[in-house]
Amino acid sequence: MNIMIVGVGGQGTLLASRIIGAATLATGADVKLSEVHGMSQRGGSVVTYVKYGEDIASPVIDKGEADVILAFEKLEALRSVPFLKNGGTLIVNTQETNPMPVITGAAEYPENIIEKIENMGVNVIACDALALAKEAGNLKSVNVALIGVLAKHSNIEKNIWLDALSETVKPQFLEVNEKAFCLGYEL
Amino acid sequence: MKKLMLGNEAVARGAYEAGVTVASSYPGTPSTEITEFISKYDEIYSEWAPNEKVATEVAVGAAIAGARSLSAMKHVGVNVAADPIFTASYTGVEGGLVICVADDPGMHSSQNEQDSRNYAIAAKLPMLEPSDSGECKEFIKLAYNISEEFDTPVLFRLTTRVAHSQSLVELSERTEKELGEYKKNSPKYAMIPGYARPKHIAVEKRTQALEEYSSKTEINKIIKGSDKIGVIAAGISYQYAKEAMPEASFLKLGLINPLPMGKIAEFAKSVEKCYIIEELDPVFERQIKAAGIEVIGKELLPLCGEYSAQLIKEKILSEELPKALETEPVPVRPPVMCPGCSHRGVFYVLKKLGLSVSGDIGCYSLGCMQPLDSIDSIVCMGASISALHGMEKARGREFAKKSVAVLGDSTFIHSGITGLIDIVYNKGTSTVIILDNSITGMTGHQQNPSTGLTIKGEPTKQVDLIKLCDAIGIERVVVADPFDVKNFEKVLKEELEADEPSVIIAQRPCALIKKAGYSGLYEISDKCKNCKICMKLGCPAISLAGGKPQIDETLCVGCGLCPNVCPFGAIERVK
Repeated sequence: MNIMIVGVGGQGTLLASRIIGAATLATGADVKLSEVHGMSQRGGSVVTYVKYGEDIASPVIDKGEADVILAFEKLEALRSVPFLKNGGTLIVNTQETNPMPVITGAAEYPENIIEKIENMGVNVIACDALALAKEAGNLKSVNVALIGVLAKHSNIEKNIWLDALSETVKPQFLEVNEKAFCLGYEL
Repeated sequence: MKKLMLGNEAVARGAYEAGVTVASSYPGTPSTEITEFISKYDEIYSEWAPNEKVATEVAVGAAIAGARSLSAMKHVGVNVAADPIFTASYTGVEGGLVICVADDPGMHSSQNEQDSRNYAIAAKLPMLEPSDSGECKEFIKLAYNISEEFDTPVLFRLTTRVAHSQSLVELSERTEKELGEYKKNSPKYAMIPGYARPKHIAVEKRTQALEEYSSKTEINKIIKGSDKIGVIAAGISYQYAKEAMPEASFLKLGLINPLPMGKIAEFAKSVEKCYIIEELDPVFERQIKAAGIEVIGKELLPLCGEYSAQLIKEKILSEELPKALETEPVPVRPPVMCPGCSHRGVFYVLKKLGLSVSGDIGCYSLGCMQPLDSIDSIVCMGASISALHGMEKARGREFAKKSVAVLGDSTFIHSGITGLIDIVYNKGTSTVIILDNSITGMTGHQQNPSTGLTIKGEPTKQVDLIKLCDAIGIERVVVADPFDVKNFEKVLKEELEADEPSVIIAQRPCALIKKAGYSGLYEISDKCKNCKICMKLGCPAISLAGGKPQIDETLCVGCGLCPNVCPFGAIERVK
């Protein structure tokens, strides 16, 4: 199973990949995660990979290999589509964050991204994770709300996800994150 | 107990289990977390040194004094540390010494793509390379045994995809290593020519002994598969190859210098076609071909960038790749200075004045990108200052009046100080801006000698940048807040006019550390005349909506820079 997490540096994709890693590990599978640190984290496109199954070699997911893509931002979702496997699922947060070339006017933010991706025959699950995070009480819990959506569509039990969550997030943020997770899960 | 661990964390764990007691490093992606994780073990003394040369020398000293020691750095850090590394190769060690070097194929966070394996050959040192986190831990422990058995420092190579990937690690207990004896032995440790000559001969003999060991060690292992295709690989390239061609035979290298040439010859003979799969330079290939062994490598595979399982399938197996979905061209999203970044005010002024800017390595390197695009050149740590001095000597005083150097606090301590001394000593007039944000930012917020805290967060003496500049002969040192853009511009103009060198310390903490203490939110009111001056800040939180600037509430941190540039007072705090 190959899960790719894409987003904008600063959105908490790293923590999301670690929660997924902890949950998949609990299933007894071999797991590999590949993360991004350093310069690319500063507001740029960020990609992390989680692969689990029997005896994983490369930690990296190539084009056409992702079973699920969890996209934290719409433009990043569009950018990641070539990595999706035939029949794969794309979970996308409908939030828009303008990249610098759009801010400076050198490029335009593409329109109707969700429709375009759906028209490619992709199974798209779109949600307003920012609204869920607001409802949970902290804008920063967008990442965990999205994990909730992913969990719902995974074959890993809910309590394993909740254990992974409490293992990974700081205790003082656990309550708000559990709320965000459940809002995503129940969507 | 099995744990999911980052490669760097596993290296730290290996050092802990091996009984290491001293670690000294300078942060650099992708190596930083090695030392951060080490600092969590109280059994190991750890520190951030001012630069990689100092860090390596500390580790060398500790090893001479009988302790197992470690230093970790990124690939370009080895250039800085090369001086002690090459001679420590001659002196050897008392306690084991391992120098971790993290290469960055694909340049995720680096200014070049150099291949550190070349250093192992040049410095005549053994080098190990793990391919996942489990090996990171086990190989480190072996590296200490090799170091002590062969009386040599050991280089330990990682690449980004090993350092920053997580995989399973089996944990063991720490084995305490008794501190070795401190013996006065100047023929071994005092490298004057008369003592160094016999040491060179000893190093050549050591390399021969290590080559024999390389053929025997079980980390250079043959994994029998099909006799049609054989692959020689190490590190992450091995994992890519294994995924692409699970049926092939492998000679997986763990000790990558010196190469086990006998084993390689035997392996190459046992397969119809033998491929060398190695990212970056043809380091294995050159040596193997020079030994007269027939292999295929860079004829098929690229010299630049990262490899992948797919690339190997395409280039070696000539497989057609799965048809990926295609999208319209998508606008790129390059990294940007964060909302609230303390550097933004400085670059806004530099761009406004149209100055030539000699840049340096750090978050502020992003000052060469639109819309702040003010930096003209970036070479290496500390080069901003010395290169600016060279520019002044090449183009004269008038050029100096329209040019500045910019570098961060940590970079200044790392290797900016010596350049500044050069300017004073050799009668330059350059203006240097130290972007003092109270932290080493780009690598993920490490303390440094100018922050007043150690790696463990303990208070310590703080380098006083003003007194330091004063002591080396800079008579014009000004501290200015880069968010007070009017004053900053005024100060900068004055210092550029001065016929002597000056230093401006642009002081404001990084927005991502507690000290910054930003909160709240700004909004653009209907007083906005749509002049778009605020857009020139290149703040990711401000973009056009319906033709007018608007602040994104999910990104604004309430830093208060944008109201300082708005001529109409239209940007107001709402929270």
